[in-house]
Amino acid sequence: MATAGQFTQLPRIRRIEMREIVKRFPGVLANSKVNFDINAGEVHALLGENGAGKSTLMRQLYGLYRPDEGQILIDGQAVEFHSPADAIRAGIGMIHQHFMLVPTLTVAQNVALGLKSSREPLLDLDRVSARISELSQAYGLKVDPSAYIWQLSVGEQQRVEIIKALYRGASVIILDEPTAVLTPQEVNDLFATLKRMVGEGHGLVFISHKLHEVMEISDRVTVLRDGQTIGVRRTKEVTRDELVKMMVGREVKPLSPQPAKVGAVRLEVKDLHAMGDRGTEMLRGVNLQVHAGEIVGVAGVSGNGQRELAECLTGLRKATHGQILINGEDMTHAPLLKRMAAGQAYIPEERMRDGAIREFSVQENLFLRDHSAPQYRRGVFLDFSRMAARTRQMVDEFNVKTPRLDTPLKNLSGGNIQKLILARELSRKPMVLIAAQPTRGVDIGATEYIHKRLLEQRAAGTAILLISEDLDEIRTLSDRIAVMYEGRITGIVERDQATVEQIGLMMAGISKEEALQHHSAAEHS
Amino acid sequence: MTEILSAAVIVGILTSAIRLATPYLFASIGEAFAQTSGVLNLGVDGIMLMGAFSAFYVTLHTGNVWLGALAAMAVGLLMGLLMSLISVTFKAEQGISGIGLYMFGLGLSSLLFKVLVGTVYTISGFPVVKIPFLSQIPYIGQIFFQHSLPVYAAFLLVPLAWWLLDKTTWGLKIKSVGQNPAAADSLGVNVDRVRYFSVCLGAVLAGLAGASLSTALVNLFQENLTAGLGFIAVALVYFGGWRPLGILTGALLFSVVNAFQLWLQVLGVNIQSDVAVMLPYLLTIAVLAFSMNRVRQPAALNKPFERGEN
Repeated sequence: MATAGQFTQLPRIRRIEMREIVKRFPGVLANSKVNFDINAGEVHALLGENGAGKSTLMRQLYGLYRPDEGQILIDGQAVEFHSPADAIRAGIGMIHQHFMLVPTLTVAQNVALGLKSSREPLLDLDRVSARISELSQAYGLKVDPSAYIWQLSVGEQQRVEIIKALYRGASVIILDEPTAVLTPQEVNDLFATLKRMVGEGHGLVFISHKLHEVMEISDRVTVLRDGQTIGVRRTKEVTRDELVKMMVGREVKPLSPQPAKVGAVRLEVKDLHAMGDRGTEMLRGVNLQVHAGEIVGVAGVSGNGQRELAECLTGLRKATHGQILINGEDMTHAPLLKRMAAGQAYIPEERMRDGAIREFSVQENLFLRDHSAPQYRRGVFLDFSRMAARTRQMVDEFNVKTPRLDTPLKNLSGGNIQKLILARELSRKPMVLIAAQPTRGVDIGATEYIHKRLLEQRAAGTAILLISEDLDEIRTLSDRIAVMYEGRITGIVERDQATVEQIGLMMAGISKEEALQHHSAAEHS
Repeated sequence: MTEILSAAVIVGILTSAIRLATPYLFASIGEAFAQTSGVLNLGVDGIMLMGAFSAFYVTLHTGNVWLGALAAMAVGLLMGLLMSLISVTFKAEQGISGIGLYMFGLGLSSLLFKVLVGTVYTISGFPVVKIPFLSQIPYIGQIFFQHSLPVYAAFLLVPLAWWLLDKTTWGLKIKSVGQNPAAADSLGVNVDRVRYFSVCLGAVLAGLAGASLSTALVNLFQENLTAGLGFIAVALVYFGGWRPLGILTGALLFSVVNAFQLWLQVLGVNIQSDVAVMLPYLLTIAVLAFSMNRVRQPAALNKPFERGEN
């Protein structure tokens, strides 16, 4: 067991090599003879689509899984990890994508968890807190040791995770999609910390599918695809397009939307208020208009009311005050069916919870809503042959890769499930589309396809509200960008009016006027 | 009605209440350990019955109440291991396995009683130990300091449990395993081991709860001696918000009501005895309906842990 005190030692691992790693899960070959190595003092990015096997590979390095074949060498010596405890002892730390923190405990308690105390069996939180403060200072990781985790912002929680690893004396640290939940400013802070860590001699593994971040922070890049190593490159010697090609296996052309042909107001939200699940007010006066033929993107850090807004619009959550109008008709308290009849479609954020039924077949999921439409009925019975014909047509049209129409949905990949939901929602030719996180957890190929379909729908005159935490997605697709902060729209900007930094400032609560005056050094994309 | 409010009666009620709180405290504090680690053990009543029978039987034959208590702890440990095996290792639905454990304990204790004992005997259980000086204080002395050892032990358990949960590294592990087992696992904490420990500790205490009933409170055993007391103990954990002090409050509330209804019957107050007996149970429902505090509930309660699922 690592003890408090080791963290002051200098990083001691010089090189880790993973050789010919094979990892199988039932029905899936997650890693197929993968090679990967990491040196002290460098950031090695591990790039790949969802499901490419990045996290699986690193979970083996951290002792969470055991490789079926292959070897892990630390400074030339073969090691075998049976649990994270072994990896921690060897000097490896991991910052998980979903933070591994206990929200009801304090920062110090979370750091002390699993460590021997200096006054065993009693906890020694004062001493732990003092050392946390030392580490905070040394690495520029500001955090209050006595704060409860649930009180902290996502960025602060991530700092706690990094401190946890450093406290245990980790010299190689794996960061699994560390920027997924951060604002652009927080990303900058994180990168500053990472550079400091590299300067101290730590080796960092940076797992990501975001190219510009990989280009910015890493020294080397290994690309994985379908569980295989596609290649290793020095970041300086490779271009973004090359990396995309390695990742996806083909060229991906950037989208260039045509100018919008904006029509009448289709969706209007006036001073909308609503409560969140915890009984606090999550929407505090949202005002918004979406016109026919335009995409309005709602940007914001997760938890600022985006989910509640989508749920109010679709009728899944009760508005406590304000109005929702579809084509000028008051729908604030209308039941879901009435909203659908008015031409509203919905791509939910949690597709497996709100959008589809895992155990149902592809066909059943496509007919979740329209099963009682007259054309698919014969008296009280369902007309299965017609339903099958229609399903076949939609599956082909929307490029859903499924072995059969009666395949249970849970056997499909995230991208294909999302395409299926898209097929169900878009085939109704909606007047208004609410798309919440339409490409979260979806691979580049499917993302590209979904983006293309959304733009087609825009050209067909649908009013689209796109809610996304992916700022790149918002900036690529939206004609106007509404930034949400603490339950309000703090500003609406035209697509080209604001830089990433400026939108980031607005996401952090800075007003539009102030944010637009902020002249940032350079634009990212 | 005047005699109900006389000083002697009030002291009598409170003295009984302290005594009656004993099994609640043992069982609830024990269950709090299991639940804090994320395992809902609904089998408490079954373990209590087995503990009560073992303590009674061993005491009956050896004349040694200490051996009886030891037997109850051993039987509790065995049943705790069984519960852990089913719910932690085999990851079965905890609620269902707990009910199974209860029925197993109820059936087996009844069977053993019929086969090995047959009729109701009284035994000489733990003697009353008067605490020097303190027991001489008027009223207070009689209420708090003239009890048998298990009663004192049950009350000492409250600060002890608080200390273990809040001040020690083990307590931190137990809490984190119940709130976010994946986080604990990622820091090298052996989730299953902590849960085994907590469930077994709880079961040993449930065994003692049974022993306190059969060798300190009523000094006899009969079929279904606990009459569902173990389920109230589970409810008390929710009522107490998973904190020893909250559980103490709840246990005292119930034992006071219980003592009150017993005295009502003793004094021959003209209400149906069935109605009086129902009182604590009605109170359970009412209190739980209004006091439920889910904020403190262990987030992983009732959820078996499997590595790599997130």
